[in-house]
Amino acid sequence: MLYREAGDFKTGYRSDGQTFPIRLDRWGYYALVAVAFLVVPFLINDYWANAVLVPFLIYAIAALGLNILTGYAGQVSLGTGGFMAVGAYAVYKLMTAFPDVSIVIHILLAGGITAIVGMLFGLPSLRIKGFYLAVATLAAQFFLVWLFNKVPWFYNYSASGQITAPERTVLGMAVTGPATSAPAKYLICLCFAFVLAWIARNLTRGMLGRKWMAIRDMDIAAEIIGVNPLTAKLSAFAVSSFFVGIAGALLFSVYLGAAEVGEAFGINKSFLILFMIIIGGLGSIFGSFAGAAFMVLLPVLLKNVLVGGLGWPTDLAAHIELMIVGVLIIAFLIVEPHGLARLWALAKEKLRLWPFPH
Amino acid sequence: MMDQLIFASEVLVNGLMTGVMYSLVALGFVLIYKASGVFNYAQGVMALFAALTLVGIQQGQVPFAHLINAMFGTHLEHFGWTVPSVLAILLTAVVMIGLAWLIEKLVLQHLVGQEPIILFMATIGLAYFLEGFGDVMWGADIKTLDVGLPQGISDTVEATTAEWFGYGYFIDRLDIWATIIAAILVAALVAFSQYTKQGRAMRAVADDHQAALSVGISLQFIWIMVWSIAGFVALVAGIMWGTKSGVQFSLSLIALKALPVLMLGGFTSIPGAIVGGLIVGVGEKLFEFFIGPLVGGATENWFAYVLALLFLVFRPQGLFGEKIIERV
Repeated sequence: MLYREAGDFKTGYRSDGQTFPIRLDRWGYYALVAVAFLVVPFLINDYWANAVLVPFLIYAIAALGLNILTGYAGQVSLGTGGFMAVGAYAVYKLMTAFPDVSIVIHILLAGGITAIVGMLFGLPSLRIKGFYLAVATLAAQFFLVWLFNKVPWFYNYSASGQITAPERTVLGMAVTGPATSAPAKYLICLCFAFVLAWIARNLTRGMLGRKWMAIRDMDIAAEIIGVNPLTAKLSAFAVSSFFVGIAGALLFSVYLGAAEVGEAFGINKSFLILFMIIIGGLGSIFGSFAGAAFMVLLPVLLKNVLVGGLGWPTDLAAHIELMIVGVLIIAFLIVEPHGLARLWALAKEKLRLWPFPH
Repeated sequence: MMDQLIFASEVLVNGLMTGVMYSLVALGFVLIYKASGVFNYAQGVMALFAALTLVGIQQGQVPFAHLINAMFGTHLEHFGWTVPSVLAILLTAVVMIGLAWLIEKLVLQHLVGQEPIILFMATIGLAYFLEGFGDVMWGADIKTLDVGLPQGISDTVEATTAEWFGYGYFIDRLDIWATIIAAILVAALVAFSQYTKQGRAMRAVADDHQAALSVGISLQFIWIMVWSIAGFVALVAGIMWGTKSGVQFSLSLIALKALPVLMLGGFTSIPGAIVGGLIVGVGEKLFEFFIGPLVGGATENWFAYVLALLFLVFRPQGLFGEKIIERV
């Protein structure tokens, strides 16, 4: 009933081309951002931060990154976990080598380093495509994980082979290390997620994004109309890896605090992020968030219902979770290949016409 | 120096044997890819599932025991009988055919005409499902699989080589058997696709779906058949790997090893799968032997991938793959 665009007139191209052209959407978005920044930090406790909100924001950044590569530029990658590891180890080396520089700069630099590594592994995409490329990116996954495991320089020769985040502050608040409070963790992740999502949205509707989409839809045709596949594909790999690297850096330094590369950034992480964008919606910014929320909440929910509610053993619940995730992937691919984002858009379409659908 | 060489040659022989095992898994991929254009990521999990089912049937485990116990508070474990190996293998083959039928009905049928990459992702979903399903059905603990295949170091080989070169090769008898079985399997598959009606129909479908349909070949039947054969190949691979290293989750990861094998050999070629498997098997063993100590070892995890990646840059369709021709 509320959802109307009647009386919501546009008088220029600018207002017509904005991200949220419908007034109600726009206000809803402003309200959401205001609540996220001004209300949630005062209500948040450790459980909510660690179990739901912080992983959600971090995975949303990673999903945004992979969505740029896979959803917008059409290059399937199974190396996300490896690139997240690059971000994590880069930020670790920077944090320990330059303790006086702000952690925010370190995280951004880690993203930059990951972008370079991502571009290196993206080079073969010029010759190989489709699932040949998907399999080729597995090379990045396995090689990087092995590298961080075997070269002691990366983990500062620590005896356990783990990396542990030292305490760093932003504006006097600890954001990494054991003394970090829940609101601080949440706020730094939120800031990064907000800014990166904003950048991603604007990149994807600008010239660069259109080039990516042209390559995705038909690369040869795109080449003929003047899109340079080299720059388009490599820029997609670079931007995507930048996002993924930042997600990896945040995951390690803010969320986990300590990480062992094979466990934290294994192949399963690659698949997890891929599932997020399939379920959320390929080629959609909202979809990245929706997918991340879904995949973060599903295990929490199942754990609460199966283990907490019914008292089943944890391993059984974990196996059932695998089954459910598998079925969901297949179901989404069959029923709604554009994911949750498309369902959301459909719901809005329906609401705009309701109660007179014809 | 001579010692080094002989040792390297032993590594080489062992690499060949491992390569055969990789080829076994890769074969399943190639079969499905050739006949339906689906790149089946779930092949490794199918091998795991087949091995789990085989052990379960052999030892008379109650399916879904954990789930039933959790739901009703019972303590079911075993039926209390054991099934002879041959019968268990036959029963598992029946289960794999049933699985193929279900996959065709529930998944593939609805995805006809989608892009290959969508189908690929669907099989990743399938892999997740099967992994969870296998664990829920038969339990996730590590099981030993024994269908009566000989195991252990072969004394004959050691004695003969000791006589010839003055140095006894250590070769697992299981590997020798795997090689023989793989050879028989490949010969049977080639014979099947060349000399039987169904095999011809399968090749027709692989060449052109539309044309095959128009001469009265049932796509559905062919797909179920191909997935059944792939399930059977997965069963063979599952038996081999399961006997070698126990039936556990890591079994499904051999699929990940089979991927670079395929990339090297080309997705559409059965000989490619064999040759690719041998190259990867030998390559990673030799690389680990010569270069591994210099860089900290465990290079087997990524060597095959990096090799395949570098190779693909120069020849994107693999060794024996069909040339990819693209038109706007």
